[in-house]
Amino acid sequence: MNKKLTEKLAPGHSTCAGCGIPAIARTVLGATDDPVIIVNVTGCLEVTSTLYPYSAWKVPYIHSAFENGGATAAGIDGAIKALRKRNKIPKEKRIQVVVFAGDGGTYDIGLQSLSGALERGHDFIYVCYDNEAYMNTGGQRSGATPYGADTETTPAGKQSFGKTEKRKDLMSIVIAHHIKYAAQANVAYLGDLKMKAKKAFALEGPRFLLVLQPCTNLWKYPTSEYVRIGKLATETNFWPLWEYFDGKYKINWATENPKPLEEFLKTQGRFKHLFKPGNSPQIGGASEKVIAEMQKEVEEEWKRLVNMAEV
Amino acid sequence: MTDKKKNIALTGGAAAAEALKQINPDVMPVYPITPQTPIIETYAKMVADGEADTEMIQVESEHSAMSATVGASAAGARAMSASSSQGIMLMAEVLPIASGMRLPILMLVSARAISAPINIHGDHQDVMFVRDSGWIQIFSENSQEVYDNTFIALKLAEKAGLPAMVIMDGFQTSHSVENLEILEDSIAKKIVGEYNPKNYLLDFENPKTFGPVSLPNSYFEFKRAQIEAMGGVIGKLIEINKEYSDISGREYDLFEAYKMDDAEKAIVVVGSTAGTAKVAVDELREQGEKVGLLKIKLFRPFPYKQIADALKNAKQIAVLDRTVSFGSVAPLYSEIANATGKKDLQSYIYGLGGREIFKEDIKKLFQDNWENKKVKYIGLK
Repeated sequence: MNKKLTEKLAPGHSTCAGCGIPAIARTVLGATDDPVIIVNVTGCLEVTSTLYPYSAWKVPYIHSAFENGGATAAGIDGAIKALRKRNKIPKEKRIQVVVFAGDGGTYDIGLQSLSGALERGHDFIYVCYDNEAYMNTGGQRSGATPYGADTETTPAGKQSFGKTEKRKDLMSIVIAHHIKYAAQANVAYLGDLKMKAKKAFALEGPRFLLVLQPCTNLWKYPTSEYVRIGKLATETNFWPLWEYFDGKYKINWATENPKPLEEFLKTQGRFKHLFKPGNSPQIGGASEKVIAEMQKEVEEEWKRLVNMAEV
Repeated sequence: MTDKKKNIALTGGAAAAEALKQINPDVMPVYPITPQTPIIETYAKMVADGEADTEMIQVESEHSAMSATVGASAAGARAMSASSSQGIMLMAEVLPIASGMRLPILMLVSARAISAPINIHGDHQDVMFVRDSGWIQIFSENSQEVYDNTFIALKLAEKAGLPAMVIMDGFQTSHSVENLEILEDSIAKKIVGEYNPKNYLLDFENPKTFGPVSLPNSYFEFKRAQIEAMGGVIGKLIEINKEYSDISGREYDLFEAYKMDDAEKAIVVVGSTAGTAKVAVDELREQGEKVGLLKIKLFRPFPYKQIADALKNAKQIAVLDRTVSFGSVAPLYSEIANATGKKDLQSYIYGLGGREIFKEDIKKLFQDNWENKKVKYIGLK
């Protein structure tokens, strides 16, 4: 493996085969030469990289709890400011505090802590790897789980087509804190992610990256497919690549002819129930209706984004 | 004691802030809650006036206050916080993380009742609720002790590698103005010293992983090591108390034994009630009654041996708890029973939700029959 890539996160972790989380962490961390301190909230990355007596982290790392990534980073930022003021660390030395958290630790239980840290303007980068459910505990729905998904706590069944609510618009929530930079990325587009991480590292204050992370285990698809499925998420406009900088929106990838959402959905076991003939009588036996609803949402969200973005 | 500046009148909250100013911690994440606010408001003003330059982080909850304190402390800063009641309850998840990571955080607590029903007044339910969180707990009787204990607990926490709470009674101490003597700045600075952590995040040469995953094959040993660290606290506190007593001229010990030498009937209390109880003991002594008082200061770790020794001559003992343990005996009573093994123990519960306790109540309880063993309540309507 490329030595540069494993400088900060070593290969000896235990993420599942086909998991993109290490690629996200390495791509982001590879975009800076500044010293970094990692804050990691409870979740897949934490349990697979710090199994005592081993640690895959070659840089300073702290895991405190599930819901306190923002606050932990805030405390470290406070320490850096205080120790710099007191000449205990060089004044000119830039230190990057980077939080890695899943969607559960960000959209749900950690939202308040993140919000507080964003509002107070701490100097940190928050990276949410979004696999759209609580994967570390076996695949329960989160505020990031899409409408129609079959999860352990929103199971599809005779009377259910899966999750009945749309996922939370986290990017808007984050941007509403008047931060300078926020970007939506996808592990299947590492070049784009690296470009965004570089931009983020060059700025000060709170910066936010939301990165789609297709979960081979609980989106239920073969391990070899994660890049293809990640790409389909963007090619269908389910997960557009875009960024927000200083009040302006920019779409990083677009096509004249987005693929139908179905092409993305049918690759995964979590949407399998939507393609079974004669399912879910309460939705009129027509999972087409659910798929149509999802397609409509994707189109509306895309339109909204295009309207905000610079041409 | 020629320096006039040394004697001042302050509330317990302001006395804590005065000590904080002299310590000038690196980072202090705080969230307001009554009756902790006099501490953080007074200190915020001191920072605003340039009398100290702590990075205060005005977080959005107590959970974040303790989380940020953990982050700052792990980073290598001297970090502190302050709280009360519901705030302590909200922090409860993070308190064992602080002690489990062996971070020498100091927290000032203005002890208060807990909901429901909501009540902002003083009792000890909040701190007793977290007595098993792996924190050192030191109770204070008055503003002077709040001030002194802040230095003592900081030294102790940093020496033991464990977090510590300095506890004052909400309102009775936090909001009451009392005279106290403060240290000269230069002396205070010398006591506090430089903070040089061994393991910290900002040490990029020796990167450390804080808070790893530990499975059944290693977790038990982590906890065992923590038990050992807690076990070492008493010896360290005895040393620090001695040094501090020599410097300040005020006697500090694990507890205060008041007129205990020949006491036949003794009461055990914590916090501000000790002040009232001392007057009651004095008056009863004047009438020739052999009564005494043991005031607990160090509650965690609990100094069983020393306390058993202090109570060994008392024929009868009553323990006053300003808290409850539903479905069990009260916490302090339980500890005293464990320490002494005595059968002649009487449990009293008093002062919940700020209910007053007067000198006469205490004089009266000394006349009580302490033999029927049933828990008794002081001041209950």
